Amino acid sequence: MIRVENLHKRYGAVRALDGLDMTVEAGTIYGFLGPNGAGKTTTLRILAGLARPTSGRASVAGVDLTTDGRRLASRIGYLPEEPAFYPWMTPRESLDHLGRLHGLSAAERRQRVAELLELVRLAEVGGRRIGGFSRGMRQRLGLAAALVHRPEVLLLDEPVSALDPAGRKEMLETIEGLGGQCTVLMSSHILADVERICGVVGIIAQGRMVIQSQREALLARYAQPVFAAQTADAASAQRWADRLRVRPWAAAVSVEGETLRVTVSDLERARQEILPSAVSEGILLRRFEEMRPSLEDVFLQLTEKEAAQ
Amino acid sequence: MNFFVALRKEWLEQGRTNRLLIVAAVLTAFGLASPLLAKFTPELLKSIPDMPLDLAALIPPPSVADAVAQYVKNMSQFGILLAVLMSMGAVAQEKERGTAALVLTRPLSRLEFLLAKFAALGLVFAVSLAAAALGCWYYTLLLFEPLAWGPFLALNGLMLVVFLVYIAVTLLCSTLARTQGAAAGLAFAALLLVAGVGSLPRLGEYFPGRLFEWGAGLALGRGGDPAWPALGVSLGLMIAALLAAWLIFRRQEV
Repeated sequence: MIRVENLHKRYGAVRALDGLDMTVEAGTIYGFLGPNGAGKTTTLRILAGLARPTSGRASVAGVDLTTDGRRLASRIGYLPEEPAFYPWMTPRESLDHLGRLHGLSAAERRQRVAELLELVRLAEVGGRRIGGFSRGMRQRLGLAAALVHRPEVLLLDEPVSALDPAGRKEMLETIEGLGGQCTVLMSSHILADVERICGVVGIIAQGRMVIQSQREALLARYAQPVFAAQTADAASAQRWADRLRVRPWAAAVSVEGETLRVTVSDLERARQEILPSAVSEGILLRRFEEMRPSLEDVFLQLTEKEAAQ
Repeated sequence: MNFFVALRKEWLEQGRTNRLLIVAAVLTAFGLASPLLAKFTPELLKSIPDMPLDLAALIPPPSVADAVAQYVKNMSQFGILLAVLMSMGAVAQEKERGTAALVLTRPLSRLEFLLAKFAALGLVFAVSLAAAALGCWYYTLLLFEPLAWGPFLALNGLMLVVFLVYIAVTLLCSTLARTQGAAAGLAFAALLLVAGVGSLPRLGEYFPGRLFEWGAGLALGRGGDPAWPALGVSLGLMIAALLAAWLIFRRQEV
């Protein structure tokens, strides 16, 4: 559904994109991850037709970005990180105007506007001027605006960055619900959100794709198990950490006050040896848990490796 | 054809943000005031205490020509100033706020986007000028004598052409600039350039300002001294500014 090949984008001496390759299959919710300045927003803006690549090729829903802007516009829905609206319009008028631009009939517009305002929980303020809206309300309205013409591809740039926890949960559920209806490419720096709803994940760093894969395959391949423990005092945590660092299965041991975090390379051996080592050292434990490897661990591992290169 | 959808939005915006009201109120006020000023300025001057009698005798009695001259003077100053002020943020503000991205990711071409703005601003000035002309014509009728409708309409048509030239040039400046402040600076520089070159003795014959003079002559029944070259240059300048704005805008990232 989305194909990006060797995409380059320069702003003067700055290389925003440096040979990006990406493939997003139809019907997936694709999580687009990367540190600040990695090129996520630039990629989305190019795919939305707002910016031009310096070189390389990209197509969305079979439409080459350089050839037919009008055909592209009818197939995509784009939500920028800070969506802007005409402040003198109401949400109803704004969605109606966008519906007109997409050629919807009056009856279709009426029905679609009501549906969307309900979907993004703005029905009650549908007649109020947008000028007085908070950033979170504008972000929710932005999602409705992106969906007004039932696009095949939805490009979302940090879609929940301005929302409170409850709003974020609702918005993520809404996006998750769109999975079967359209292809979603969503950038985010909130890894837990991506982990929660995205089936496929792509990690970008310094304008290049570091890896893209099914979420579970990525976690299985890269995420190393982690044990977290809290000791009675900081000195014991430090003493135990020194003992653990020499074990062959301990990939990394970090200490922060009384809290210890042990990344392991051989889970079975670690399970057998880690608690007996605490007992033999006389370490008093307040908390101990084997944690599920997270996308955050993979993200940090891969982006740090990329930065080091 | 999304031009009309965009034009509908632009027209609504002119109304909701009170721009139509402001332009109509200012131009109508000057339309009404022009014959009044022409009629009563000499009488006010004569009523100054201690005015020497021989000096008072030199002040000619007011005529319909003074009313038309005052109208042309007011419109050429305030109309052009309003045309620049109302147009300078048209594109720059949308780029700066991000609303251009909202509509340009839809099936709306950049040409339609620009032309809708130009057409809406043109409509605002056409409606406002019509109200001003009606006011001026009515007060001239009350205070002097009736102006012939046809030639008076021709004067207002020529004034509208001048306003449209300044709107088109200001839209070009607004397209070139990234921010409203920069657009304002560029627009006033362009205003000074066009007005400055237009005031030069020979070149002025070919510039938009000459249309005011031609229109005034027509309104007063003098008819002669048409300025077809100035009209041609004005229309050419308007089309060239819009074309340049489109060529620049279609390559810009918003």
